Amino acid sequence: MSTSAPRTLYDKIFDDHVVDRQEDGTCLLYIDRHLVHEVTSPQAFEGLRVAGRKVHAPSKTLAVVDHNVPTTDRRFGIDDPESRTQVETLAENARDFGIEYFNELDKRQGIVHVIGPEQGFTLPGTTIVCGDSHTSTHGAFGALAHGIGTSEVEHVLATQTLIQKKSKNMRVTVDGKLPEGVTAKDVTLAIIGATGTAGGTGFVIEYAGEVFRNLTMEGRMTVCNMSIEGGARAGMVAPDATTFAYVKDRPRAPKGAAWDAALRYWETLRSDEGAFFDKEIRLDGAALPPIVSWGTSPEDVISVEGAVPDPDLIEDEGKREAKRRALAYMGLTAGTRITDIAIDKVFIGSCTNARIEDLRVAAKIVAGHKVREGVSGMIVPGSGLVKLQAEAEGLDAIFKAAGFDWREPGCSMCLAMNADKLGPEERCASTSNRNFEGRQGHKGRTHLVSPAMAAAAAIAGRFVDVRRWPHAA
Amino acid sequence: MEKFTTLSGVAAPLHMVNVDTDMIIPKQYLKTIKRTGLGKGLFSELRYKDDGSVNPDFVLNKPAYKGASIIVAGDNFGCGSSREHAPWALLDFGIRCVISTSFADIFYNNCFKNGILPIKVTPEQLEALFDDAARGANAVVTVDLANQTITGPDGGSITFEIDPFRKHCLLNGLDDIGLTQVKADKIKSYEATLAEERPWA
Repeated sequence: MSTSAPRTLYDKIFDDHVVDRQEDGTCLLYIDRHLVHEVTSPQAFEGLRVAGRKVHAPSKTLAVVDHNVPTTDRRFGIDDPESRTQVETLAENARDFGIEYFNELDKRQGIVHVIGPEQGFTLPGTTIVCGDSHTSTHGAFGALAHGIGTSEVEHVLATQTLIQKKSKNMRVTVDGKLPEGVTAKDVTLAIIGATGTAGGTGFVIEYAGEVFRNLTMEGRMTVCNMSIEGGARAGMVAPDATTFAYVKDRPRAPKGAAWDAALRYWETLRSDEGAFFDKEIRLDGAALPPIVSWGTSPEDVISVEGAVPDPDLIEDEGKREAKRRALAYMGLTAGTRITDIAIDKVFIGSCTNARIEDLRVAAKIVAGHKVREGVSGMIVPGSGLVKLQAEAEGLDAIFKAAGFDWREPGCSMCLAMNADKLGPEERCASTSNRNFEGRQGHKGRTHLVSPAMAAAAAIAGRFVDVRRWPHAA
Repeated sequence: MEKFTTLSGVAAPLHMVNVDTDMIIPKQYLKTIKRTGLGKGLFSELRYKDDGSVNPDFVLNKPAYKGASIIVAGDNFGCGSSREHAPWALLDFGIRCVISTSFADIFYNNCFKNGILPIKVTPEQLEALFDDAARGANAVVTVDLANQTITGPDGGSITFEIDPFRKHCLLNGLDDIGLTQVKADKIKSYEATLAEERPWA
């Protein structure tokens, strides 16, 4: 499609993938990459079988098990019969429909949003979908990536397209230099705190400004991952030298002349000067503190230096009730200082924060310390390759010496579908993405934090300001 | 997919904002490989007590809302996980329509794939519907998709907006994949261009 009006990054990628546009604006959008996992795909494959349909482009699909697998030694199989059935069903579907599949013993296995980028399956300028809301992660590469439901998984398998209407454009600009100890996780939590959990509904977000330019790919993935927690199906960062360096030489990245051609295209992927955004948000990166969530929505966030807010001060009745309910659920009272909140468990993992950089940051905090008595800490690497790299760097030894559990890769206690979960009223410092009621276990209490903050909380037994680590402990 | 034309039923008021899909259907029910039978897990953390007994205080357990087919809820319904198990659970339980001021994008989209009608109304209209719903089984609400109206028990009616294409698909119970496969030539031609212009993609 040719147009002279300045376009956003999202406009450009969307336009380049339109197969058909109806008069009412409903489009058929081509999907370059489809990631599949065991929980949201069985019904889609069943639908294909019932209708006698094939997978349109098997080579554009990659399957992996992550949600349901145990994080303990898997060589002896999966105990839970339902989980085992789901895992076996994916293996069978991948085989029957000719899709590449990483099983639970493959060293490339891991969380779907960790392995896509790791394998070079995730590329700038592509459209990427998966039956998982955190597919927004892949937007870090300047891809248009978002979660879909199972009916749409079936639609993509059958046609390699999606029926879509275009979303609106939103730009979140964070300038300045992040203070030492303040990381991508704090940036994304601060953004959601500012926009609210529905602030991004109907939008695709472009993250712009000095902070994102300076973030590593791991950091950008953390921010894009949580776009959905602010209501936006997709978030993206324009690709640059950092992106290209990360992608180059990955197993499924283009090579040789194809790389050069791809690079020429990727370099055009940025919002034009004067492109229109329906909504703009600005934050000052230099002013951001480490952030801790206190409630049951990712918008319930506050500085580590702050205190649990008072719901009675909220004017809107619906919101006031929701926040009162959240405090009761969390077992907290208004006015409690965040650094006075003691924790029972620490979870370092998930598609938000289980990449090598996250583990390095956590290990740096932990080195030479012990996990506080009465606290249990669990490290779940994002993939088998992340685990191997961490072991090669000796990070596992640091964690184990401190008293952490060093686990096999998977989604684990982010959503607690496997055996890793919180008990009722257990309080957890978690590097995951959702603090919903019951998310990490029935009546479990989740506080969302960065890997550095989680590691420090494990040692201190309560939240501490990592900017003053280890003196804050 | 079952068509949605008109629906007359009891509307259950769920006075909560940001109802997430983890709440609609908790993870322990996601281990199924089927679309059916999820009604038993709908809102299970709220519907059942810790000992497994029924929580009589939860709206869908109250006698006045037995057989409710409509839910009226606060802002941002269906946020969080993309799990289509959420609309499957609603459908299996007998809910065919959810009314709120706003919905999360993925959940909203998933509803249309399953014959469930999500309706966006203004905050004032929601308050009026909460009042209607408070009357329980004495108050039948009628939703007419073709005319885009919600009619309350006293005959008062409001109109709502909906995307014409989604409306058309829902009214006729159309299968998306079938619709798209009619455009197979366009997909083929797109793929030919793609192989020329971005062969690495």
